[in-house]
Amino acid sequence: MSENLIRLENIHKDYGGKQVLKSINLSVRDKEFVTLLGPSGCGKTTTLRIIGGFETPTAGVVYFDEKKYNDVPPHKRQVNTVFQRYALFPHLDVFENIAFGLRIRKTPEKEIRDAVSSMLKLVNLSGYEKRSVTSLSGGEQQRIAIARALVNRPRVLLLDEPLGALDLKLRKEMQTELKQIQTQLGITFIYVTHDQEEALTMSDTVVVMKSGRIQQVGTPIGIYNEPANAFVADFIGESNIVDGIMNHDLVCTFAGRTFECTDRGFEKDENVDVVIRPEDLKIVPPDDGMLQGVVESIVFKGVHYEMTVRSGDIVWLVQSTLPEVCGTHVGLKVAPFDIHIMRKSEAEDEED
Amino acid sequence: MNKRRHPLSVLYSVCIFLFLYAPIVVLIVFSFNESKSRGRWAGFSLRWYQELFENSTLMDALKTTLAVALISSAVAVIIGTAAALGLHYSKKRIRNLLMNITSLPMINADIVTGISLLLLFTFIGLKLGFVSLLLAHITFNIPYVILSVMPKLTQLDNNTFEAALDLGATPLQAFFKVMLPEISPGIVTGFILAFTMSIDDFVISFFTTGADVNTLSVAIYSMTRRGIKPEINALSTLMFITVLTLLIVVNVRSGRDVQKREKERR
Amino acid sequence: MKKIKLALIPYSAYALIFIVAPILLIVLYSFQDTSGALTLDNYLRFFDFSDPVYLKVLWRSIRLAFISTVICLILGYPMAYILSKLSPRVRGTIAFLFILPMWMNFLLRTYSWMSLLERTGLINTFIGWINGFLPAAVQIPSLNIMYTQWAVVLGNVYNFLPFMILPIYTVLIKIDQSLIEAAQDLGASRGRVFRKVIFPLSLPGVVSGISMTFMPAVTTFVISRLLGGGQNALIGDTIENQFKVVGDWGFGSAMSVVLMILILITMGFIRRFESDKTGRSVLM
Repeated sequence: MSENLIRLENIHKDYGGKQVLKSINLSVRDKEFVTLLGPSGCGKTTTLRIIGGFETPTAGVVYFDEKKYNDVPPHKRQVNTVFQRYALFPHLDVFENIAFGLRIRKTPEKEIRDAVSSMLKLVNLSGYEKRSVTSLSGGEQQRIAIARALVNRPRVLLLDEPLGALDLKLRKEMQTELKQIQTQLGITFIYVTHDQEEALTMSDTVVVMKSGRIQQVGTPIGIYNEPANAFVADFIGESNIVDGIMNHDLVCTFAGRTFECTDRGFEKDENVDVVIRPEDLKIVPPDDGMLQGVVESIVFKGVHYEMTVRSGDIVWLVQSTLPEVCGTHVGLKVAPFDIHIMRKSEAEDEED
Repeated sequence: MNKRRHPLSVLYSVCIFLFLYAPIVVLIVFSFNESKSRGRWAGFSLRWYQELFENSTLMDALKTTLAVALISSAVAVIIGTAAALGLHYSKKRIRNLLMNITSLPMINADIVTGISLLLLFTFIGLKLGFVSLLLAHITFNIPYVILSVMPKLTQLDNNTFEAALDLGATPLQAFFKVMLPEISPGIVTGFILAFTMSIDDFVISFFTTGADVNTLSVAIYSMTRRGIKPEINALSTLMFITVLTLLIVVNVRSGRDVQKREKERR
Repeated sequence: MKKIKLALIPYSAYALIFIVAPILLIVLYSFQDTSGALTLDNYLRFFDFSDPVYLKVLWRSIRLAFISTVICLILGYPMAYILSKLSPRVRGTIAFLFILPMWMNFLLRTYSWMSLLERTGLINTFIGWINGFLPAAVQIPSLNIMYTQWAVVLGNVYNFLPFMILPIYTVLIKIDQSLIEAAQDLGASRGRVFRKVIFPLSLPGVVSGISMTFMPAVTTFVISRLLGGGQNALIGDTIENQFKVVGDWGFGSAMSVVLMILILITMGFIRRFESDKTGRSVLM
């Protein structure tokens, strides 16, 4: 893979004394699809706006192609943005919206026409040139916003929760389409979302953020299977997170029992978070189980059933394709490699 | 919406409209009266329309009125739009303070505003006349512009300005190509309002103009003491019909735009 | 974006010179006698309780404005209500018809009432014509209100009625229909729906209507001059007289200050009730 296109070095951002970003370090390679994922207020949009040039970092350096980019104003950056609520120009029609950037650059009329029509084709809206943007549906407006940004051939496209306002079905379609467009044009995408599923589906790299800090950077599979801490585990997919003690390498205790696991390198008897994915808990006859409990509720989720099983003080979330009747005594079983041991995050940042 | 229309409510509406339009109808009808009387009909005539154009006092007053209205609204639009922009982006405390000051001429009685300006012009030694009249009109017009533009700025999607920057426009280009077109309906409304207020104003003009410069209102007022000449009825009939036509044209056109947009949506 | 705040500078200067300074000047003049010396006499003269000429004028202005406002409300509310019940397309046009008269010079419109109201004016001519058909026992008396307080009230009502109707109308059409349906669903009769739901919700419109009618009615001097004749002078006439005829600017200023304080107090009072400014937006 090619070298870093964008590099954020030790970025801090304060708003009136409030720290929004704390020491962000991030590299984005050329042609990569990077997603900034996190709950609202985690600083993901601010990070995007710093790359776009709409915010100046309080401290730290933004590099673009290894050149310092801090003081370059937005209109001189080789970066274009798809805004959260599209920000189409209501007084211009579809054609003029897409042509806006080209006109600013004084592109010849014929080139503009060709470029706009090829962009409309790319986003499947050929023939929409003369429509007024206010008459379009949310999904159509979204595509126009993408076309308007892409027509300028940016090196990097920034997308700020672009699918947030669309309904579920449309969102799924657009996810696939966006990914296709990205591969087809070979442009770097930096994508902001709070929807973990969206992040896992589209990205090459996912950056999980919380309270202005990066929690974990990795591939979707890596982040799902090996979450770096309890927050990431909880945010990505569903998880059972319980307190436990790491007795020594490969052995841990939680839920009042000792388990075999695959982690090592912890202090002796260190307090840890134990994370188990609901699909990794198997329901077995009570006597075969490592834990015993009673089924408290069951909900049909389409592909599987989701059950809660109470065992002592702990309520486990379990997914299974086979239903159990409420009140049934069951056993729960988990394989050693499905037990994820996590350090209690040393700097528990207070939520803002 | 299929509401029964009660005959009483129809009758009531007719009465109210009769009340509101009676003096106007009288005025228009008597502008075509052959005689000078304002109470007796002496036959149809266009005599007063002819005399109107030969009446230099009235024609001068009309010119002054239009000139003051046009210039003062134009100046008010420039200062007012700039002020609205500045206010929109300034701190809340400054904004509230200035907005309160701005609303003073609107809240205050016209007579107090007129007198206060008269005192100011006397105090700084400005001779009452066209300039003082113009300054007075600019003063009471600016608030209307600000109050028309501010809501448009609040509605403005802040992202569109950033989007323009993002697409390569300089801040100045972004302002002229994106922001200005979007707030222009507010600016136009402000201009029309200011223009109307200026033409309609009597009290403030009365106190701030000099003996040799008359607006129509001031001319009409001085006539009411000596008896109104029917030419003035002719003039107001003409102005009324002009305004009516303009309003109908604007309404029909904007109605057509709405229809067009609705059709597109389908 | 920072530079955009600089756009405020010209206006701030303008507002300081043409809004703030003139008001301070009025206050200053109100404390001066004709020779320019500082004095309280102007105020003492106005608030002279042993010979309350000017207080009586002020009282008359407030009384006539109050009567006019009440009549406007009584006439205007039903009209606004009827208007709000029409289909959206029709009511826009009709509401427009209420604004239309305002495009004709108000001096002329008021003057036109003189033709109607005079002893030998059009109304009395019309009454005489009808009386010709009626037996001698049921003759309609002729209308002689010209140059009385009632003519001033009529002039006020005529000029300010649209300012009462439109704000109420604007609030009424914004009332969520489902609230009315909910009230009906809960068993309220039509009368109760009006009293318990529609009227309370329309109060902001009523309040702005009152302020837009009462204020100009208190301070007018044209309507009273044209229709009221000399003997029904209002506070506006008296102020105008001091500036244009008598030349006692100090006393005129003192009366203006009193008027201004009265207005500011009333507006402060009204703003508390006026949860939104919707009523005004129609006219602006």
